[in-house]
Amino acid sequence: MARSRLDERAIAFRVAKEFSDGMVINLGIGIPTLCANFIPLGREILFHSENGVIGFGEIIENPNLADPTLINAGSQPVLRRPGMAIVDQAESFAVIRGGHLDLAVLGAFQVSEQGDLANTVMPGKSIGSIGGAQDLAFCAKRVIVAMTHVDRDGRPKIVRRCTSPVTAPRCVNLIVTDIAVIAVSGEGLTLLEYAPGWSVEEIQALTEPHLRTSPTLREIELL
Amino acid sequence: MIDKVVGSFDEAVSDMRDGATLLIGGFGGFAECPSYLIAAVARKGVKNLTIVANSAGWGLEFRDQLVARMRPLLRYPEDYYDQGILIERGQVSKAIVSFAAAIGHVQTPLEKKAAAGEVEVELVPQGTMAERIRAAKAGIPAFYSPVGAGTFTAQGKEVRQFDGRECVLERAIRADYALIRAHRADRYGNLVYRGSTRTFNATMAGAARITIAEVDEIVELGELEAEHIVTPGVYVQRVVVRPSSPRPWNVPS
Repeated sequence: MARSRLDERAIAFRVAKEFSDGMVINLGIGIPTLCANFIPLGREILFHSENGVIGFGEIIENPNLADPTLINAGSQPVLRRPGMAIVDQAESFAVIRGGHLDLAVLGAFQVSEQGDLANTVMPGKSIGSIGGAQDLAFCAKRVIVAMTHVDRDGRPKIVRRCTSPVTAPRCVNLIVTDIAVIAVSGEGLTLLEYAPGWSVEEIQALTEPHLRTSPTLREIELL
Repeated sequence: MIDKVVGSFDEAVSDMRDGATLLIGGFGGFAECPSYLIAAVARKGVKNLTIVANSAGWGLEFRDQLVARMRPLLRYPEDYYDQGILIERGQVSKAIVSFAAAIGHVQTPLEKKAAAGEVEVELVPQGTMAERIRAAKAGIPAFYSPVGAGTFTAQGKEVRQFDGRECVLERAIRADYALIRAHRADRYGNLVYRGSTRTFNATMAGAARITIAEVDEIVELGELEAEHIVTPGVYVQRVVVRPSSPRPWNVPS
């Protein structure tokens, strides 16, 4: 069978399967943002963005219809939805820090075996951007990382120890990449799902730490 | 009589001195950015500023790139000037920000100046920044937060355990000026905001000795419903109205 990698939308689709009805969720910039387009049918989700909007709708991909006074944390215009609420920056982070956020989906440069997250200083740069990532990673009830499995040079992004500055230690619960879904726990990493055509050995070869195999290991379902 | 409305942006910042600390509102979009106040500070030419803002900004050099990148989603107006202008012009000696570096391989004005050793950068988690500003407004000198414990953002800070969790002592950020953007104001300085433009603007109002609000419109006292006012005028010292048509940053307004 042909081995292929999931594209960004397919990664987002798989992440969105983790969304359950009534959850309050924050989506980071990049692949995580796309998850808003794949909410499983019949589930009502409240999306929270750092700039203080709770319960907004899809990204508006038409500048003629966009309202510049209603944007998400990636400065993209979003739809107004009934039930939406707007607060200021301090209140927005009271929501995060106070433990009112069920899930944060974040991008990463590296994730360690212990679930340490590094997503602040881009490789090759001397200063970084932290945004709301640290508040989210420390305080959301659950953290999912959505990212490519390897970097541009083909090096593993799932590593024994992060070489890039750590945003938050031991915070990641689940990693969804273009070739695998991996659970993180105190005991290490467990391979739960693989992209069509990929073997455990091939995924392990692109992952620094040892992957245990789940007894229910299966192919990623994209429907 | 209370009347906080000031006739021009230049007048609104006329008492600003070298070495001032400025809170600059907005998040990342153009509609919440106090562009004309920033332009007035650029024209005044005050130096050695400490700026506190979510993002370090793009300045004039990257403005066109930003506008091109965002074109499929939003049309940026001609009169969008962000705090990057102050960095480009060498007016800033320290930047306290949560977004210092650009995502991608371009370099923001702050990245360039920091690499040259001309600007000191303090990278602060966004929520910690918001709370440090809110604390200043509320007269709280410092507080403990779990965010950042054990990481580089906690370096040099006191750490203490509460309920079994390590927490970091964070100091309030009090400033000389807060430059903010709002939608409507009355002469008392009461403010309302449109949509997501509330963000850091409402948080920063009142966290400085002088808060200056750049607004779209001034309305008669009583037109803003008391229950709908987001920022009470007690936090605001000056209000200035934006021009009805766009003006270049270097033209007095």
